[in-house]
Amino acid sequence: MTDLQIRILVAVCYVVLAPFIAGLLDGFDRKISARMQGRKGPSIFQPFYDIKKLFGKQFLSAYRLQLVLVLTYMILVVMTGVLFYAGLDLLLCFFSLSTAVMFLILASSATHSPFSSQGTHREMMQMMAYEPMVLLTAVGFYLACDTFSVNEIIKSDIPAICYLPGFFVGFVFILTIKFRKSPFDLSTSHHAHQEVVKGVTTEMVGKEYAMTTITEWYEVVFLLGVVGLFFITSNPWSILWTVAAILAVYFLEILIDNVSARVKWQLMLKLAWSVTIIAGGLNLFILTLINR
Amino acid sequence: MDKLVTILICLPFVMAVLPAIIKNSKARAAVVYLCGAIVMALSVFTAVKWAMAGGKAMDFNLPYTEVFDKIILVGDFLLMFLIIYLSFKWKKGIISFLSIIQTLLVAGIELFGPEVEEKAVIHMDWLTFIMILIIGIIGVAIGIYAVGYMHGYHIHHHKELTDRRSFFLAMIFVFYGAMFGLVLSQSLIWLYFFWEITSVTSFLLIGYTRSEEAINNSFKALWMNLLGGLGIAVAIAYAITVQGTANLYDVISLAGAHNAARGALIPIAMLAFAALTKSAQFPFSGWLLGAMVAPTPSSALLHSATMVKAGVYLLLRLAVVMNNNYVGQMVYLVGGFTFLAASCLAITVSDGKKVLAYSTISNLGLIVACAGAGYQETVWAAVFLIIFHAVSKSMLFQCVGAIENTTGSRDIEDMQGLIMRFPKLAFILMIGIAGMFLAPFGMLVSKWAALKAFVDARSALMILFVVFGSATTMFYWTKWFAKILGVNPNKSRDLTKPNEYISMFFHAILLVALCVCFPLVSKYVVLPLTGEMYGNASAVISQGNIIVMVIMIVALLVIPTFCYLLTRNAGVKEVMAYMGGDNAGDNVRFLDSVGEPKELQVSNWYMEDVFGEKKLFTPSVIISTLIILVLLCTIVGGAF
Amino acid sequence: MAKIEKSPWLLHYDGSSCNGCDIEVLACTTPVYDVERFGVINTGNPMHADIFLVTGGINSQNAEVVKQIYNQMPNPKVVLAVGTCACTGGIFKECYNILGGVDTVIPVDIYVPGCAARPESIIDGVVQAVALYKEKQKTWKKEEKTEKGA
Repeated sequence: MTDLQIRILVAVCYVVLAPFIAGLLDGFDRKISARMQGRKGPSIFQPFYDIKKLFGKQFLSAYRLQLVLVLTYMILVVMTGVLFYAGLDLLLCFFSLSTAVMFLILASSATHSPFSSQGTHREMMQMMAYEPMVLLTAVGFYLACDTFSVNEIIKSDIPAICYLPGFFVGFVFILTIKFRKSPFDLSTSHHAHQEVVKGVTTEMVGKEYAMTTITEWYEVVFLLGVVGLFFITSNPWSILWTVAAILAVYFLEILIDNVSARVKWQLMLKLAWSVTIIAGGLNLFILTLINR
Repeated sequence: MDKLVTILICLPFVMAVLPAIIKNSKARAAVVYLCGAIVMALSVFTAVKWAMAGGKAMDFNLPYTEVFDKIILVGDFLLMFLIIYLSFKWKKGIISFLSIIQTLLVAGIELFGPEVEEKAVIHMDWLTFIMILIIGIIGVAIGIYAVGYMHGYHIHHHKELTDRRSFFLAMIFVFYGAMFGLVLSQSLIWLYFFWEITSVTSFLLIGYTRSEEAINNSFKALWMNLLGGLGIAVAIAYAITVQGTANLYDVISLAGAHNAARGALIPIAMLAFAALTKSAQFPFSGWLLGAMVAPTPSSALLHSATMVKAGVYLLLRLAVVMNNNYVGQMVYLVGGFTFLAASCLAITVSDGKKVLAYSTISNLGLIVACAGAGYQETVWAAVFLIIFHAVSKSMLFQCVGAIENTTGSRDIEDMQGLIMRFPKLAFILMIGIAGMFLAPFGMLVSKWAALKAFVDARSALMILFVVFGSATTMFYWTKWFAKILGVNPNKSRDLTKPNEYISMFFHAILLVALCVCFPLVSKYVVLPLTGEMYGNASAVISQGNIIVMVIMIVALLVIPTFCYLLTRNAGVKEVMAYMGGDNAGDNVRFLDSVGEPKELQVSNWYMEDVFGEKKLFTPSVIISTLIILVLLCTIVGGAF
Repeated sequence: MAKIEKSPWLLHYDGSSCNGCDIEVLACTTPVYDVERFGVINTGNPMHADIFLVTGGINSQNAEVVKQIYNQMPNPKVVLAVGTCACTGGIFKECYNILGGVDTVIPVDIYVPGCAARPESIIDGVVQAVALYKEKQKTWKKEEKTEKGA
């Protein structure tokens, strides 16, 4: 198979398989969380039951255009992942992701519902908190591998993490925000203990909520792909330790979720930006110094 | 070509007389439309004619150059007397000293200083080409908008103000002429003259309403711009006395030579300093914020088409000699810092025009930083930033102006649910905002290129400025964007004039067209430009990625439409938004504890305690002043 | 119970209860009873809920609220009255401000008696609600149509 065919195949696999992979991960997440809390927990297929049920619900809406915006959000996120798994420019993927998130924000703020608006504002705050590190991650890969192209990065001989430990720490840190895990589940949470009801997704009913959830899954697979990018090399066996590393990071996120309490946005902004500057910035300085 | 350029520069000055003497408002409007159309046609014709002729850089003299030289000398003094008169009239006499010093310096050197070799005064190349098109198309569109806007301004909203529309429209034409002159001249003395005209006209336009605030702000703009003018005057004096030339390109090539004299950077630094004041970088950002008291067309004109672009234009000219030296360092540090600081400050303000002002400062900061870095890639990015910024910003200003004329408020909080009240205005506003920060529209592409160029330059500090600046930029645009969509039960009449809409839709179409034609613009305009400056030209963003971006643009336009069609027939049952079950019959009111309906207000975050103007503005001014002072001292001190 | 129906999301509303039943409802989510093993999520949002779980009676102030929340829940939906007060008004029935049980304002599908209702019986109620939910899944579209026709 030619290079191009493989890239197209991977992208198609992403579109087809991502929801199943992320859905299963979500199922394991709920099971592991339950076990950490001394409960039995639901079946690992529970997320799929939820989706199936949500699609069967009556469709209510407080704002007609919301469905359009949610659907656009979903298509754009899928497109982002396709760009990534087809091996295109990493920075382009991140830009396209933030454009997609814009549509989520529009969808939830359009209803003028107090809870949903509050969630939206927090979502924007989260975006501001993680965006520098996200862009910096792309910069880091460029410094390590001399290209933004994902297809080139995966062909390097040494895993990027060797050059980018600081960037990795920063990226995993902001993944907690991106995955909506405690202590940074400000805008909406996967658990019911929210004071903003369901935050950004409050006004999304039935299939809208199902689509948002599936979109989140696509996003999770994309972001985990970026985590994998830190580890993968031209050696085919590297896929093994890449998958191991991805699972380890995901487990770490579950652990953080279960051992921490939610913080205020001020602290989140401060922490996220400090980690970005200290871990990412320091690594960046060193790289620019040694690699002129 | 020389005749065409002469007409291009002189005609707007002559035309300025017409609106000034015609007092009938209908007739004046017709004259302004006609003159505007002529200027636009002429500028496009000149630019296209030059490009069709092969797009080679050209140097030439105007017919009667000696006469023009005399006119300029007299003009310098006239401007000086005007400034002296006005500053004493409004009891700000001290400001006139700045003007006196620089005018006497320039005139003295010119008359009594050493003879300089006669050189061509006009230079035409790709950068000039772009600037002429921006001034000719965007500038004139704003002029057309101004006619309708000023009508609404005086007739509907500010009945108490003296109607000085004749003066206003005349000043706009003076602006066109000065800007054309500025981007075309290569003689520093000519450049200085046109520079001063733009400073003075902007001063007059800011003080248009003659309220106390307007007068104060106009003088603030005046002294800051005069300080920049002083920079040019010093550069001229140094160039003539030490280097024996009064030509911008000679000064540049002297500084760029391998065996450059140690002082050769001094005039460059002085010119760069002038450009920093003009492009409203910290610590000179105050004047641009103050300019917001002026009626919208003048703030739009000041921002997008002329004043601030004059500063970055000059910096781009100097970019070749700013690579890897102290001048470049001064410029890109100030620019990068301004990009971040201004975008943080933009978060905390809710006045629509002020947000636009801060975002202008911030975007200019990025352009300045790109120019200061002085690499071919950064110049490529800077030129794109200039183009996209000019179009989207002037559109946004016009839109906010129209909203203010219609609703009586330009506060972002009052734009809740604009899409329901004034769909057309909201639509334009959304395109403009999307153009400012969303992938894959223009500004973001340029930001991408800038980021890549800074990474290539291994400039860690600049990378941090750009990534943090991008995050804060995204925040303040997003919260505005989100405000426009939504529910608002209040209905009112749209007072926007058709000619305002013509101008705004023209901009909107132009913006989308520019985004879609991005690869073409890059290939046929911007790459020749960087090639001209650096000898070789290579695209910063690979062709493949640019194509992906264009596909994304089309997708962004198509997907929502497609989704709309897909969901049009979805059986939806409308319900009320969730307010704890306490809605009082709709989505905007709820029942309070005694059962009375209360209105629900959803307000954005402004985070004054984190990024507040009070907290950040003064430190930003201090830091940037320090950067400039330290590096200027290093440059000047290093020369001796 | 087929696995596919295992996703009942609860909305817990506290009317004029003494909070006894509320504590028992929350007890269901603790490790001892762990209703999440049936896929139950205690959501706070009517838009996402399938089962409307009400404790306590209806008074003149919350009657409108209960109606509104009920209307904001998408079909199919099941209403579960938990505790004696929710079923009939209970010990507060004769109070000046109490209208009665939940069924005075919205149709109740399943009654779970007890003062306070024990977690076991609450879970039993929920499981019955899930069965009913499955029934309603088949019929709600038809009902909707006949409603529209009428």
